[in-house]
Amino acid sequence: MLKQCEGSHAVAASVSLCRPEVICAYPISPQTHIVEGLSEMVRDGTLLNCEFINVESEFAAMSVAIGSSAAGARTYTATASQGLLFMAEAVWNASGLGLPIVMTVANRAIGAPINIWNDHTDSMSMRDSGWIQLFAENNQEAADLHIQAFRLAEAVSLPVMVCMDGFILTHAYEGVDIPTHEQVDAYLPPYEPRQVLDPGEPVSIGAMVGPEAFTEVRYLAHAKQMQALELIPQLASEFKQVFGRESGGLVHGYRLEDAEIAVVALGSVLGTIKDTVDELRKEGHRIGVLGITSYRPFPLTAIRDALQHVSRIIVVEKCFAVGLGGIVSRDVRMALRNLPMPVYDVIAGLGGRAITQASLRKLFLDGINDKLEQVTFLDLDWKAVNRQLERERATRRSGPIAENLLRDLGVVAARVG
Amino acid sequence: MSVTAIKFYQTGTHTVGNRLLDPSQRSVQADMRRTNSLNSGHRACQGCGEALGARYAIDAAMTATDNQLIAANATGCLEVFSTPYPETSWQIPWIHSLFGNAAAVATGIAAALRVKGRSEVRVIAQGGDGGTTDIGFGCLSGMFERNDDVLYICYDNEAYMNTGVQRSSATPGAARTATTPAVGKAPGNVFGQGKSVPLIAMAHEIPYVATAIVSELRDLEAKVKRAMEFRGARYIHVFVPCPLGWGTASNDTIRIARLAKETGVFPVIEAENGEVVAVSKIRKQLPVEEYLRPQKRFAHLFSPQPRLDVIGHIQALADRNIRRFGLVDEGAK
Repeated sequence: MLKQCEGSHAVAASVSLCRPEVICAYPISPQTHIVEGLSEMVRDGTLLNCEFINVESEFAAMSVAIGSSAAGARTYTATASQGLLFMAEAVWNASGLGLPIVMTVANRAIGAPINIWNDHTDSMSMRDSGWIQLFAENNQEAADLHIQAFRLAEAVSLPVMVCMDGFILTHAYEGVDIPTHEQVDAYLPPYEPRQVLDPGEPVSIGAMVGPEAFTEVRYLAHAKQMQALELIPQLASEFKQVFGRESGGLVHGYRLEDAEIAVVALGSVLGTIKDTVDELRKEGHRIGVLGITSYRPFPLTAIRDALQHVSRIIVVEKCFAVGLGGIVSRDVRMALRNLPMPVYDVIAGLGGRAITQASLRKLFLDGINDKLEQVTFLDLDWKAVNRQLERERATRRSGPIAENLLRDLGVVAARVG
Repeated sequence: MSVTAIKFYQTGTHTVGNRLLDPSQRSVQADMRRTNSLNSGHRACQGCGEALGARYAIDAAMTATDNQLIAANATGCLEVFSTPYPETSWQIPWIHSLFGNAAAVATGIAAALRVKGRSEVRVIAQGGDGGTTDIGFGCLSGMFERNDDVLYICYDNEAYMNTGVQRSSATPGAARTATTPAVGKAPGNVFGQGKSVPLIAMAHEIPYVATAIVSELRDLEAKVKRAMEFRGARYIHVFVPCPLGWGTASNDTIRIARLAKETGVFPVIEAENGEVVAVSKIRKQLPVEEYLRPQKRFAHLFSPQPRLDVIGHIQALADRNIRRFGLVDEGAK
């Protein structure tokens, strides 16, 4: 049923249709509306046979999820930003134990300086944790990906993170087609754990493993991700059969067939990128887009196949490996190894900085005219940065960077130093 | 669950339970049908108080729940010595996740069982003092506050023994550890407020809190059985000497534990809904020196110069325990 609703509520509705049995969460913006919605559904009886556990921290949230999943219950949680970092130890543990937990990450920047707005730094910090990471482009996809996530997680016995842009998606009202229980039940069978804590058949889970087997265990985690790589397109195609729409998959190309230059990105910025590309197409520029849905496992072959005919690639990413450059662009380069085309890193939208069509247009034109730097920080205020760099050169104690910058920019009324 | 063959480690003493007693009064360990939850062959040190306490506690819980029990375990000695891959000493469904989350993992298991309608299956979380009083304290308090249906058992050997005897917040004043060495003007662990998790558990007003000691194993069994009669959050703090960390002979574990109780250093109590309901009285009160002297971790209190001030301080703390919990009968004085 098409419903005009907030992204968070669409996700809550979608998750509830998957009949989770244990939900736990600690409040952190911008994820809160999702679990608020679910807690209400548990309380008012819309979501039956489900325990909602209010926990004292994100570390506890993931730990409760580990316990309930290991005891055979379909388990869901949601987090963002500092919360994801606070649960980091348990995040790795959940994938190491092979527990099919589904978690929404309402992507948000990581402090300091504290910042509640969107970028992808949080989930990128868990890039190597062994979780599957699926990125939603819009709220319909966010809702749909959760249904596929439970199916995928339980099929390969690995946890899945569905990443959706904080505020931009979580708090945006859009029309979302919320499926019916019948549709979801036809697609998602009940959870049958591979290994369960049961007095009838006792097992020890989480034993200590020494050097004699640890590499093998890690390799098998990789093998499971490779299995997921096969399964994700298959599940997307089955999803289309049941729900009648395209959603999920590994990557999505847009006007790529005859493109000379390709823009690669993840998440909600793809909408703005596509609009900008449409404009440039009208002006005769052969430019296309590749959206990555499955960031982990990283679809090397699908990306290579989609991009091998272009001559130049711009990766626009809302995350940043400090001291190196782009994170996603490194993975894209790996997909394109031995191919001649250059890959440009564009760091954009950090901490919720708006990515405008005007900025993207200029960026893409620079790309088309081969005028891009290797690493570009979109809309960086060079004046403010240079002034702080100068201050640090001149003064032994220059003070906190963020506060100095804010003062330079006249954002806060502070002593002029 | 199948019944495994039982080995009697000692016979005819109160350690196993007097087999001359009526069968209904016998120790769980004296019963041929006990589960042997923590099987022999594990890698604990000789004389390990924690292995002893855990075996009695879990077997008692298994008996109390008719073998319908799941355990979550914190990282620490108990986890490491019992589950070196590909071997496990556990005869029960058992999960180890992390150092600081045993209480929360148990909460998750309890939630799953509730939603599955398996109310007959009960949950235990267990860990050492590090995993309980320090790194796992937040999750433990959360479990208490929500009154989750979990019995948490802390095996307190008063330091981080698994990583090589470093101080924990359960390490007593003056004790020597690898991070509180017996050198300088104030050798050993400096005196602080200390952290009594049993008292903190009582402040959460959970249904049941108890302390126990491995020299009174029948009492430990009784408390575990009693704890399983309640629903909601329960906590048992078991005092378990560590021969390696404390510098005591491996055949002295029971004696050291008994001395901790008889000197008032470790009060053995029982509380319901935040109020003390029973205490185990001291049979013959002894000075703390009797408890301190056999332990190498307190050796610096006796030589080269006796530190009567420090020993006096420890005595004052023991006396406070005796006063606070009424551990000595007025008539017996």
